[in-house]
Amino acid sequence: MKVIEVKGLVKSYGDFTAVAGIDLTIEAGEIFALLGPNGAGKTTTVEILAGFRKSDSGSVSVLGFDPATKGDAGRKWRNQIGIVLQTASDAGSFKVREIVKHFSAFYANPRDVDQVIEAVGLTEKRNSLVLELSGGQRRRLDVALGIIGNPELLFLDEPTTGFDPEARRAFWSLIRDLKAGGTTILLTTHYLDEAEELADRVAVIAAGKIIEVSTPALLGGRSTSKATVSWLGKSGLESEESDNPTAVVTRLAAQFGGEIPELVITRPTLEDTYLKMIGGQSE
Amino acid sequence: MEIIQFSRQKEAVVFTIFFPVILLVIFGSVFKDTIAPGVTFSQYFVAGMIASGLVNTGFQNIAINIPLERDMGAIKRLRGTPLPITSYFIGKAISVFASMTVQVLILLIIGAAFFGLNMPTEPSKWLTFAWLLILGTASSTALGVAFSAVPKNGRGASAIVSPVVIILQFFSGVFFVFTQLPGWMQQVAAIFPLKWLTQGMRSVFLPDTFAAQEVAASWESGRTALILLVWLVAGLFLAVKTFRWENK
Repeated sequence: MKVIEVKGLVKSYGDFTAVAGIDLTIEAGEIFALLGPNGAGKTTTVEILAGFRKSDSGSVSVLGFDPATKGDAGRKWRNQIGIVLQTASDAGSFKVREIVKHFSAFYANPRDVDQVIEAVGLTEKRNSLVLELSGGQRRRLDVALGIIGNPELLFLDEPTTGFDPEARRAFWSLIRDLKAGGTTILLTTHYLDEAEELADRVAVIAAGKIIEVSTPALLGGRSTSKATVSWLGKSGLESEESDNPTAVVTRLAAQFGGEIPELVITRPTLEDTYLKMIGGQSE
Repeated sequence: MEIIQFSRQKEAVVFTIFFPVILLVIFGSVFKDTIAPGVTFSQYFVAGMIASGLVNTGFQNIAINIPLERDMGAIKRLRGTPLPITSYFIGKAISVFASMTVQVLILLIIGAAFFGLNMPTEPSKWLTFAWLLILGTASSTALGVAFSAVPKNGRGASAIVSPVVIILQFFSGVFFVFTQLPGWMQQVAAIFPLKWLTQGMRSVFLPDTFAAQEVAASWESGRTALILLVWLVAGLFLAVKTFRWENK
């Protein structure tokens, strides 16, 4: 089932074209990452899909519904989606549990308040004021508010910006749990490891256009590009690029008569591939 | 929730609820004259303070807080939920009403204890008081939401909203006896709801003999209700038309 279907989406702000014709299909149950540099059109795309902005042209269907629809139909549709936008600093004077409980009342079939707080790892903080939370905790609260309505589809706009590595790991495992529970997730990020770690499919977006849609492993022809084999030779570190690294290793093994010193085989990282795609330099 | 949020913002509580009390203490202590037989200035002033409390709590607070909430992403977040925006407005109005109730109680207690404030005894006066409070809350909340479209962001909101309220208070006879103001001021004030709220509150707290000293030599209760209703409808219309969920 297609959860999101976008054709020829265009959105301009004055002279600036933020989204310049995007086609996108997202299937039920997948984690789909929109990857791109700042200003590439990620947030604009998400805000159109989540019903915050109107597109200039193109067709958008989210859960079989046009997000721009107003009134009661639009509210029913919002029951099925969860939205975690960038940088919110609201609700500071509420306690964690209060605000989650309050938001649960907006939805027709909310999840259990305490279970959601547990899922985002804020059980110990449930009676703390929101303004006392750390950045990572605050963001996890945002996610709690995004998933309290038991959404079929969750939008996450740069969810881990500003997290420390440990908080990101914890956050990723939360997202994987949500996917395991059947939630479809559209994620924007400019962290490549995040896309690689979480996404079933990745769309690279730059200057308002989608450059490629692929799985993280296959992006930019990564899996078929040349591998680099490097080892410690007589004259120091040596390396060789090859389409057949196994053959190189076999040859070297025969040459060394067994173990190859400091053997490393690498493929271009997602970052190398990505930077090449968006036209940057990888050094 | 709006009430919890308000009550946890300590500065806001102190300023909104106690400011009228502080003003009462200052004005009541400075002006000890009677302005008519049996009517002290304090008595006159309490009516004005309750009326302008409605404008401060409703109009001013809301027109300043909504741009701040827009800055913080609160309204955008709500916009992404199935919550109808009208529920948000109603929440604001209830919060204003609750805060007004507390404010009025404190004003009346302090007024009665220290400034010889006479409470009305007739039930009909309290009935007038009740509908004025409700209608005043509703219209000043609606107008506050409508006016919140004017400030571009939270930082500038207070500078734009506060002068409007202060000028209106002077024009509407909150700080002075209305009929002693210049005629043009009275006419300007008569367009806006605060003058009518103040006059309505006077009809509650001043003896009926004082009505003769009003502009129209009467309390004009019907007219007050009508004008407040017109402002309420206009406010609601504008609020719905101009409401934004994020700053420009």
